[in-house]
Amino acid sequence: MHVIVVGTGLAGASASASLAELGYKVSTFCIQDSGRRAHSIAAQGGINAAKNYQNDGDSVYRLFYDTIKGGDYRSREANVYRLAHLSNNIIDQAVSQGVPFAREYGGYLANRSFGGAQVSRTFYARGQTGQQLLMGAYQSMMKMVNEGKINYYTRHEMMDVVVIDGIARGIITRDLVTGELTRHSADAVILATGGYGNVFYLSTNAKNSNVTATWRAHKRGAAFANPSFVQVHPTCIPVSGDYQSKLTLMSESLRNDGRVWVPRKAGDNRPPNQIPEEERYYYLEERYPSFGNLVPRDVASRNAKQVTDEGLGVGETGLAVYLDFRDAIARDGKDVISAKYGNLFDMYENISGENPYEVPMRIYPAVHYTMGGLWVDYNLMTTVPGLFALGEANFSDHGANRLGASALMQGLADGYFVIPFTIGDYLADAGVSTIDTSHEAFASVEKEVQERIDKILNVKGDRTVIDFHRTLGRIVWDNIGITRNEKDLKKAITEIQALREEFWQNVKVPGKATNYNKYLEFAHRVADFFELAELMAYDALDRGESCGCHLREEFQTPEGEAIRNDKDYAYVSAWEFKDLNGKLETELHKETLEFEFVEMKQRSYK
Amino acid sequence: MSQMTIHLKIWRQAGPDVKGAFENHTLDTVNEHMSFLEMLDVLNEELVVAGKEPFEFDYDCREGICGSCNLVINGRAHGPKRLTAACQLHMRNFKDGDSIVIEPARAAAFPVIKDLVVDRSAFDRIIAAGGYITVRTGSAPEANSIPVELEDSTFSFDYAACIGCGACVAACPNSSASLFTAAKLSHLNRLPQGEPEREKRVIAMVEQMEKEGFGDCSNFGECEAVCPKGISIASIAEMRRNYVKATIAG
Repeated sequence: MHVIVVGTGLAGASASASLAELGYKVSTFCIQDSGRRAHSIAAQGGINAAKNYQNDGDSVYRLFYDTIKGGDYRSREANVYRLAHLSNNIIDQAVSQGVPFAREYGGYLANRSFGGAQVSRTFYARGQTGQQLLMGAYQSMMKMVNEGKINYYTRHEMMDVVVIDGIARGIITRDLVTGELTRHSADAVILATGGYGNVFYLSTNAKNSNVTATWRAHKRGAAFANPSFVQVHPTCIPVSGDYQSKLTLMSESLRNDGRVWVPRKAGDNRPPNQIPEEERYYYLEERYPSFGNLVPRDVASRNAKQVTDEGLGVGETGLAVYLDFRDAIARDGKDVISAKYGNLFDMYENISGENPYEVPMRIYPAVHYTMGGLWVDYNLMTTVPGLFALGEANFSDHGANRLGASALMQGLADGYFVIPFTIGDYLADAGVSTIDTSHEAFASVEKEVQERIDKILNVKGDRTVIDFHRTLGRIVWDNIGITRNEKDLKKAITEIQALREEFWQNVKVPGKATNYNKYLEFAHRVADFFELAELMAYDALDRGESCGCHLREEFQTPEGEAIRNDKDYAYVSAWEFKDLNGKLETELHKETLEFEFVEMKQRSYK
Repeated sequence: MSQMTIHLKIWRQAGPDVKGAFENHTLDTVNEHMSFLEMLDVLNEELVVAGKEPFEFDYDCREGICGSCNLVINGRAHGPKRLTAACQLHMRNFKDGDSIVIEPARAAAFPVIKDLVVDRSAFDRIIAAGGYITVRTGSAPEANSIPVELEDSTFSFDYAACIGCGACVAACPNSSASLFTAAKLSHLNRLPQGEPEREKRVIAMVEQMEKEGFGDCSNFGECEAVCPKGISIASIAEMRRNYVKATIAG
């Protein structure tokens, strides 16, 4: 049996390695020059597991409960329970692979706390947990490459899925060095291609992260779930100018010791260290006394937006708040703080030119993760039989808000422990016929891909791809960002449609299709972002409630807290692509969420 | 925010088998908060608007962790700032009127693909040869069943921090990949989990490194000086010792 895996992040690399070990013939593809570059590598803070090593009352149930609650009761109970259960196996696997997690003096594993939890269950490897876990998965994958069990393709981009008789049978790829299109057939296709945060142009995602694989699968029949559920991370380095190409995350773990504040008085532009204690507004500690600075990400981001909207923001642009380590350094000493966060402090100083040991960091929310993604069933299969989606590419586990240190957990659970079992079940029953790439469906999809490439290159307009992308990003950030409302969403839809129209009339893509051409790669990714952005607006418009990351201004308390509506909206929205004709034609299907073990409650972190 | 003028001399090469040459450009809209790669983005946008081909260079995370970027800036891999990958280098490290030379990471084992982009797939093959601990998915024991001394764990981490960018190769007069290879060996060999494959690992990785056409190490130390993660060349000495021991034992 032959399985295609697209993507080599935590989910893709762990799936490739595990499936190859089981005896599948695997073909694995990534767009970077090596599987080790995938964006999972940039995760800083940690990975949750219900080991209860700290004896603080943690359990599989508690991790399950925290994740359901953190997701504001918009995730599927069964999937989340399985995730919590598998969390412990991941730690075992990673430690055996040589992942150098933090340890105590006695040689046993250390933990720290993270937002949205009152137990200490996060395993970490300095501020490089994603890198270390990815190296573990990547090395296991490369071992199987060496044994000839995995055909490993780097600098290859999936351009489309080939669906024959309603089931996924292969993909068309483009060699990013030569431009050559190639057909690959298989018995099943797995997409582990990450999230779509780059629809906002500025995000903490890597520059090459994109929606193309999942979006093209969507256009071939895979439903897209909860596309408007986007996580805005509260602690990133603020934007400094128009040339800005990406935003840099400062790990949430910093909120363990850093205190978030703004001046109490609007327009107070004294240097932060000269503002006395009583004139500092520690707004998270005051508003949420039990969780304080460790409230979940959505709550922290929204509060940062509220205080800056009230004119209390700091820095040149006023779009920043302070994250202050003064008290932690006074309490624990500089050495202790440096041992915990040294690399993050160095990164901050490199980018901002300021020393966070001496002046508070300036931070602001930035798009970080997308909870939405391809709809999958409990077996991680999309609505197209034989097409699976893993990790951030699917929607399954985080509901309307993902808790910190849960993305790594989900990617690895899906790849190491879920797909190896569920794919066998599919293949055993599917009775997949023998076909190869000479089937006419491959020729026809390849032709469509070629035509699209030619079309983009032949527009020969005046406006660059980056310019279009930046403009699209602003529309999406302003209208489908931290807060949403009906009027702005409707306006955004019109603007997105008009800009998309202009893109196909006026985009300027340099170079040719037959060699390395990054601007051409970007052009077709941006074209897909345009279509996705419209769907995100429809989804946000449909959901007439506030939940998790999705704050509809029409549905909030006078204090700005979300008002969820479980009677009408306790469902997963699964959008089916119909057509694109100036306007995106789409049909909404609803998967009703049923809670057997957890009672749906208004989330409170007060 | 003051604007700077920067003169750039950048390597242009259409493909692996074509002769390359430097091209001169001047940018007068650079400011100190820009990252080095953002400065190149600005140049590329200008080129695209003018109907010219942009320069190709590898990048992805722009946070100094993925290891994609590997520019040689003014003769130094990743540029003038120590312990800093090119993507984390900011223009405040340069001054108005500066001239900057940008080249690809040159090595026989890293053929140029286009402009500043090189093929580093040899690194993948070195890892594939032995840079792992064999543990089938599902067969791992309980994580706390094997304690690891804090000192060993910390030592191991210092080498696990390698991002595989290839700066060490670009900086080495012999184009040796010794630091890259040795870092992985020091990471895995110090852990109790890595112990069973210790000898097999060092032989396989060292031999693959030679097969890829990387040069040998003559202790210049240039690799350590440019490594954005501060990997120590002590690992190379350890690799050589272990290689000799393993070949004799074997």
